[in-house]
Amino acid sequence: MSEYLLSIKNLRLSFFTNVGEVKALNDVSINLKKGQVLGIVGESGSGKSVTAYSVMGLTAHPGKIVAGSIEFDGKLINEMPEKAMRDLRGNDIGMIFQDPMTSLNPVYTIGNQICESILLHTGKNRKQARQRAVELLELVGINEPQKRMKQYPHELSGGMRQRVMIAIALACEPKLLIADEPTTALDVTIQAQILELMMELKEKIDMSIIMITHDLGIVANMCSKIAVMYAGKVVEYGNVDDIFYEPRHEYTKGLLKSIPNLYSQDHEKLLAIEGTPVDMLHPPKGCPFAPRCEAAMKICLDQMPDHYPVGQEHYSACWLIQKEEFDRGGIV
Amino acid sequence: MARYLLKKILVSLVTLWLVASATFLLMHMVPGGPFLAEKSPSEATLKALNEKYGLDQPLSIQYKNYFAKLLKGDMGPSIKQRGREVDDIIKTGFKVSARVGGLSILLAVILGVPLGSFAALNRGKWPDSLILLISTTGIAVPSFVVSTVLMMIFSVKLDLLPTYGLTTWKHYIMPVMSLAFYPTAYISRLTRSSMLEVLGQDYIRTAKAKGLPMYKVLFKHALRNAILPVVTYLGPLLAYTLTGSFVVERIFTVPGLGNFFISSILNRDYTMIMGTTIFLATLIIIMNLVVDIVYKLVDPRISYN
Amino acid sequence: MDMNRKPNKLSLQLDVSDFIPAREDEKQSLVIMRDSVGFWRNGFSRLAKNKIAMVSLFVIMLTLIFSFIMPIFYPYSYEQQIRGSENLAPMQYSQAELNRKEEGEKIFPHILGTDALGRDTTVRLMMGSRISLSVGIIASFLVLLIGSTYGAVSGFVGGKLDIVMMQFVDIIYAIPDILIIIILMVTLKYPLQKLAATVPFFAWINVIGVGLICIFIVFSLLYWVGMARIVRSQILSLKEQEFVTAARALGAKNSRIIGKHLLTNAIGTLIVTTTLQIPSAIFTESFLSFIGIGVSAPMPSLGSMASSAIGGLTSYPYRLFAPAVMISIIILSFNLFGDGLRDAFDPKLKN
Repeated sequence: MSEYLLSIKNLRLSFFTNVGEVKALNDVSINLKKGQVLGIVGESGSGKSVTAYSVMGLTAHPGKIVAGSIEFDGKLINEMPEKAMRDLRGNDIGMIFQDPMTSLNPVYTIGNQICESILLHTGKNRKQARQRAVELLELVGINEPQKRMKQYPHELSGGMRQRVMIAIALACEPKLLIADEPTTALDVTIQAQILELMMELKEKIDMSIIMITHDLGIVANMCSKIAVMYAGKVVEYGNVDDIFYEPRHEYTKGLLKSIPNLYSQDHEKLLAIEGTPVDMLHPPKGCPFAPRCEAAMKICLDQMPDHYPVGQEHYSACWLIQKEEFDRGGIV
Repeated sequence: MARYLLKKILVSLVTLWLVASATFLLMHMVPGGPFLAEKSPSEATLKALNEKYGLDQPLSIQYKNYFAKLLKGDMGPSIKQRGREVDDIIKTGFKVSARVGGLSILLAVILGVPLGSFAALNRGKWPDSLILLISTTGIAVPSFVVSTVLMMIFSVKLDLLPTYGLTTWKHYIMPVMSLAFYPTAYISRLTRSSMLEVLGQDYIRTAKAKGLPMYKVLFKHALRNAILPVVTYLGPLLAYTLTGSFVVERIFTVPGLGNFFISSILNRDYTMIMGTTIFLATLIIIMNLVVDIVYKLVDPRISYN
Repeated sequence: MDMNRKPNKLSLQLDVSDFIPAREDEKQSLVIMRDSVGFWRNGFSRLAKNKIAMVSLFVIMLTLIFSFIMPIFYPYSYEQQIRGSENLAPMQYSQAELNRKEEGEKIFPHILGTDALGRDTTVRLMMGSRISLSVGIIASFLVLLIGSTYGAVSGFVGGKLDIVMMQFVDIIYAIPDILIIIILMVTLKYPLQKLAATVPFFAWINVIGVGLICIFIVFSLLYWVGMARIVRSQILSLKEQEFVTAARALGAKNSRIIGKHLLTNAIGTLIVTTTLQIPSAIFTESFLSFIGIGVSAPMPSLGSMASSAIGGLTSYPYRLFAPAVMISIIILSFNLFGDGLRDAFDPKLKN
C-alpha cells in the first residue's frame, strides 16, 4: 500500500467548450499523507476547485480528464465505474462547499438531508440514522439539535448552515475531507469558529483534509503542506514553513507580499500583484506567470519550467532556480 | 397563513365585484337587447318581455336588483333559454367542461413534466432537440387547428372516432387531446428550463457529493424544486383550459360551459353572461388560492406573513 | 517524493542569453486578451451565430413581404368575387376562365383555389397574414408603451404609489382576460362605429376597420400588466446599482434618470418581452376571429378563414390547411426569434 492517502499524478483536465479547449489543469501532481492537512492556494480560476472536483469524480460537463491518474486509498479512482465512485463519495471522501446559503436543498429539512447520507452508506435504519444525525449536529456545535432536525435551511444562519454542511460531510466518518473555500462566504468571527471546528473534528475522527482557499492566513494556521496553484499548474509545493519563510516562486512571493502584516517593522507598502490572470483559452507558451512576473527572463517567455527541488519536500517551478545554479556554475 | 388567506379572499371578493360590475355596465352599453334577434317581435310582445325581465327599468335599479338577488345566491332565469335557471345551466355545462378540462390538464402534467425533465437531462443531445422542437411547435399551433386536424384524421379519413357529442369514452379522446396539446407543450418547456436551472444549483452538487445515485438526485432533489414554476402555471392553465375550450367545445359540439358562454354573449342573454362571468372569475380566483397553498406545501421558504 | 523530476532535455541547450531579463513589451506580447466588446455588438454577434434565430428572422421577413408587398402586385384582390369561380380547388380554373384562356388571354391561376363566394384564397391568405402581423406588432408596441411607462413610474417612485399601482395590476391580473376581451370586443364595436359615422375626424376608423381598432384597444388595455411588472422589477433592481446613485449625486433629474439610465439598461428585457408578446397577440386575434368576433368581413383574418373552412371540412379540407399552416409558421418564427433575442441580449433570463 502506498504511503499516500491521495496521490494525483500529472493530471491534465480540459473543458471542451464551443469556443475551444480550455486547459484547466495542466500537469498537476499532489500528494497527501494520512492525517495531513494540505492547503491549495491560488486566485480564482487557477484550478483549485477543479482539482478538488476531479477527486470527487464530479468534473462538470464539458470537462474531461485528458491524462494522468488519481489514486485514493490504493485505488485508481479516475478509472472507477460510476457505481463504485458513488460508494466513495460522501462515505470515504466528504466535501464542503463555498456557499452554505445555496449548498443545502431549500425544500428539505436539515434532518432529512443529513440522514440521507447515513442511510445511503451505512446499514442503519431510519431511527438509528436520526440518532446519528442528532449526534452529528451536537458534534458540529449546534445547540438544540432535536429542534434543528425539523428546520429548513432558510431558518438557519450562514454559520449554522456551514456547520450542517460539515455534519453532512462527516456523516460517514470519511478518510478525506475536501473543503472548498469553506469560510469565504462567512463573517470573519464565524470563519474562525468554523476553522477551529474543522481542526477539532480532524483530531477526533483522524482524517486528512484538503483546504482550498485564497486566504493565506487560513493556510498558515491549519495546514502542514501547501500547494500554490497558478493557471492550472502547481507552481510551488512545500511545508507550510518553507512556503512562508522561504518562498522560491515569484508568484508565491507576490502572494505573501500582498498580506497585510500587523507587526511589520518598517512601513512596508502592501503590494498587489500587477496585471490580470491569463486567459486559459489562450495560455502563453512559456511560464503562465511570466507576463506578471517582475523577474521574468527571456526563457520564461518560451518554455515552461519543470519542478525543481529546493529543499526537503519543497519544489518550485521557476527558471530563477535554474539561473542560480547556472550562475553558480553548476551543471544544470 | 389563515390571515393571509383571509386577506386574499377579501381582495378576491372586491375583484369579483369589480369584474361583475364592469361586465354589467359593458353588457348594457351594447345597443340592442336580447329580444331583437328574434323574428320581428311586435311592440307589445317586446314591451311585455322587457317588463317581465325588468329590462324596462333604469340601469341603476336593474343593477341594484341584480346584485341584491345575487347576494342571496339567485342568478335569475336565463332570458334566452326559456324556463331554465342560470345556475342550473351553469351546473350542467360545468360538469361537462370540468370533466374534459380536468382530464386534459392531467394528461398535460403527466406528459409534460417527464418530457421536460428528460430533455433537460439530455441537454444539447438529440432527445433534447427533438422534445424542444415538438414543444416549440406545440405552443405555436392554435387549438382550433389541432382539433380540426385531429378531426380530419380520426373522423373524416380513418372514421375511427365520433365527431360530436360526449356520450361514450371515444367521444372524449379528441376534445381531451386537443385541449391538452398546448399545455403539454408549455409544461414541458417550462419544466425543461427550470430543471436546467435547478441542475446547476449548488445543492444538486451537494447531493451528488453525498454519493446519491442519479435517479435520486433527480427525483428527490431536482424535481421538487423544478416543479415550482409548473405549479404557478397551473392556476392560469385552468383558466386557459376553460376559455380554450370555447373553441374545442364548439368544434366537437360538446355541451360545455364555453359553448354556452360564447352563445350567451352573441345572443345578449344578460343573466347568462353575468352568471357565467361571475362563475368563471370565482373559479379562477379559487384556483389561484389553491395554487398559493400548494406552493407553500412544496416550498417551505414561502411564508405568508 | 517524486515530483515530476523527469530529466529536462532542454536544459542542455540553455545558455546565458536565456537568463537575460525580459523586456516589458515582450512580457505583454504574451498576454492575449479576449476582445472586450460592448453590449450591443456582443449581443448581435451572439444573435448572428444562433442559426435557429436567423432562420426565424428570415421567415419573418418572408411573411412580411408575402403579406404587405405581394398583395399590391397580385392580380386579384381580397374582396373581389369572381362569378362562376366559386369553390375552385387549388390550381383549378372555372369554365369561364378556361374559355377565356382558349382565346389566348393570360389568366393568373388560383394557386390555393377560391372560396364559396368566388374569392381567391391566396390573396385572402396574404391579407389575413397582414392583419395578423399588424395586430401582433401594433398591439405589442402599444403594450410596450403603456406597460413600460406604468412599470417605470411605479418602480421608480416607489412607496405608497407603488403599492397602489401594483394592487391595481394584481386586480387586472385576476380578471380572466378572455372574458373581458370578448365582452369589450362586443361592446366597443358600436360606439366606435357611431364615432366613425358621426365625427368626420374619426372617419379613418372605418378605413382600418372597427374590429381591428377594437382589438388594438382591448389588447393594450389588458396585456400591459405583464410588461409593467417586468419593467418595474427591472427598475427596482437597477435602482440599487451604483450608476444611478452616481447620476443622482451629479444632480440628474428623476425623469432623466428614468429615461436615460434605467430604460437603456432595461432595454434588452424590453425588446425580448415585446417580441414574445407579438405571437401571443396573434394567437388571441386568431382565436377571436375564429369564434366570429374579431376582424369584420370582408376583411379576412387567418382565424376567420380557418373558421369558415370548418363548415366545409369534409369537402374542402385544404381550405383549413392554408390559414392553419400560415398562423403556425408566423407564431413559431416569432417565438423562436424571441428566444434567440433573449439568449443574445438578456443573459439574466437565460437558463
